[in-house]
Amino acid sequence: MSGTPAAGADGGPPPRDPGLQPERTRLAWRRTALAVTVVTVLAVRLAVSGGPFGALVAGLAVLAWGAVLAICWRRGTGSGPAPSGGRSLPLAALGGASLALLGVLLVLGGLW
Amino acid sequence: MWESIRRWFDPRELRSVGSTPDYRFSLANERTFLAWLRTGLALVAGGLAAAQFLPPLPLRHLREAIAIALLLLGGTVAVRAVDHWARTERAIRLGEELPASRFPAILALAVGAGALLLVVAVVVRTVGGP
Repeated sequence: MSGTPAAGADGGPPPRDPGLQPERTRLAWRRTALAVTVVTVLAVRLAVSGGPFGALVAGLAVLAWGAVLAICWRRGTGSGPAPSGGRSLPLAALGGASLALLGVLLVLGGLW
Repeated sequence: MWESIRRWFDPRELRSVGSTPDYRFSLANERTFLAWLRTGLALVAGGLAAAQFLPPLPLRHLREAIAIALLLLGGTVAVRAVDHWARTERAIRLGEELPASRFPAILALAVGAGALLLVVAVVVRTVGGP
């Protein structure tokens, strides 16, 4: 495997990565944005039947959705070499785990 | 445990070990993390769907139990995805063996067992029902 493709030998544009790795990673972020949107729609649909408690949970779910969407937007757009790693990953996972927790609260709230 | 959680949110700490690898390896690791995150989100979506689309089941609160089990499993998958990503990134930077994990096998067995239980439930209902 060759090293990191930097600028071309004569300072021209960098050689194209044959694996299209940055593009594939951007598309993976966009797919994640779609998945988190589906989860939020389901959570809000479940929450609207839950009265004031449901409205509170729905609001928190929309907040988590907005945060994850902002991260996915930042990482899923642009061109050139994509930055990898960083805080975006744990924050996106935190958003997903928060939606799971809000779902548990909704189900438990529906029992009482 | 809190120390490793703090480390997830501190990219400088991760970049301080070993040497910077070929960026394609880091991007592949990131895509694996995202695939795990989507797996977790799919489980969460399944739990939310079970809570609102399943009819009331003969066993009391069985529907809620199924929903909560799927939701907790989904949340666990999302959190574990970060941990595995960080440990893999560290191993790549240090040139070590990639971390091995039993988690995919356990998750696959759990999903398979759940599907089998549902098949049995459907068959029992079809054969024994009115």
